[in-house]
Amino acid sequence: MIVGNRKSLEEILDMVKPYKKILLLGCRECITVCAAGGEREVGVLASEMKMSRAKDGQEIEIKEFALERQCDFEYIDQIKPFVDEYEAIVSMACGAGIQYTAERFPKKVVLPAINTTFLGVTLEQGVWAERCQGCGECILHLTGGVCPVARCAKSLFNGPCGGSSGGKCEVNKETDCAWQLIVDRLKALGQLEKYEEIIGVKDWTTSRDGGPRKRIREDLRLG
Amino acid sequence: MRINYPTSIKVIKVPCTGRVDVLTILKAFEAGMDGVYLAGCLEGECHFLKGNLRARKRVNYAKQLLKEVGIEPERLEMYNLSSAQGQRFAFIANEMAEKIRALGPSPVKKAQDAFKA
Repeated sequence: MIVGNRKSLEEILDMVKPYKKILLLGCRECITVCAAGGEREVGVLASEMKMSRAKDGQEIEIKEFALERQCDFEYIDQIKPFVDEYEAIVSMACGAGIQYTAERFPKKVVLPAINTTFLGVTLEQGVWAERCQGCGECILHLTGGVCPVARCAKSLFNGPCGGSSGGKCEVNKETDCAWQLIVDRLKALGQLEKYEEIIGVKDWTTSRDGGPRKRIREDLRLG
Repeated sequence: MRINYPTSIKVIKVPCTGRVDVLTILKAFEAGMDGVYLAGCLEGECHFLKGNLRARKRVNYAKQLLKEVGIEPERLEMYNLSSAQGQRFAFIANEMAEKIRALGPSPVKKAQDAFKA
């Protein structure tokens, strides 16, 4: 899922300084799983904001609302009946959701409360780690299910660099060396000969490097 | 035991301190409480095994949030005691009440009162 973390209270309060009535919009998908912008975090942020503003002698009215998702207009439209009563929307969705809400209500100020970071997985409750960079051409079948694009600091394609030491990356002693993981995995799968097959130069045009991407399925389009 | 403890303490019973959520604590401060403390089982003796350990972690997290807001984190504390320790219960109640009295009213409450004035 998409993982992010909440901006500091200071930064958020600075953004909402001119407003007295705001809509705090959470999302029940990825950002709930990584405990950054779900219903509970919306409650926590609203409480913090109310207390802080009360301390500074400036009241603020906050409506807390959590949408199923903020990446589909059908869901964002659930706020249509009351959105005009608020001066600004503070969105706790991922970057995609924040933008889509702004697209749906172009005359409304939409502010981000989340710093969206990576595509990742839950290692244990409370710990999430990056696994995918969305490069658009998956080679996990060649690397025993470990991605060298996302998990290698240099995105190397044919083995570790000289900085791999004790199975760890030289960038951070807590980061596993992706190629160590790949070799271990290929060994476990009995596919070590794949390690010797050279993976060619990557065509990065399928990734973000080729420009903002779009996917279309004509058979699903209505009308 | 008939040991006295300050009348300024309002007791809210929960089956385990692990039941207490970060939001519950924040809402108490939002409502104008000057101090909040959790009294849970001794570590290692939680009836539900780890509830009190989770509560301690949540209290630590909530302290950070309070600091962000500008409320002294000492207004929130986690205590561990056995349900048989009546004297310790009273001791904790007195200690917390004294500490809060020394800190004064919560900055949120002062501001809220200023609004109503």
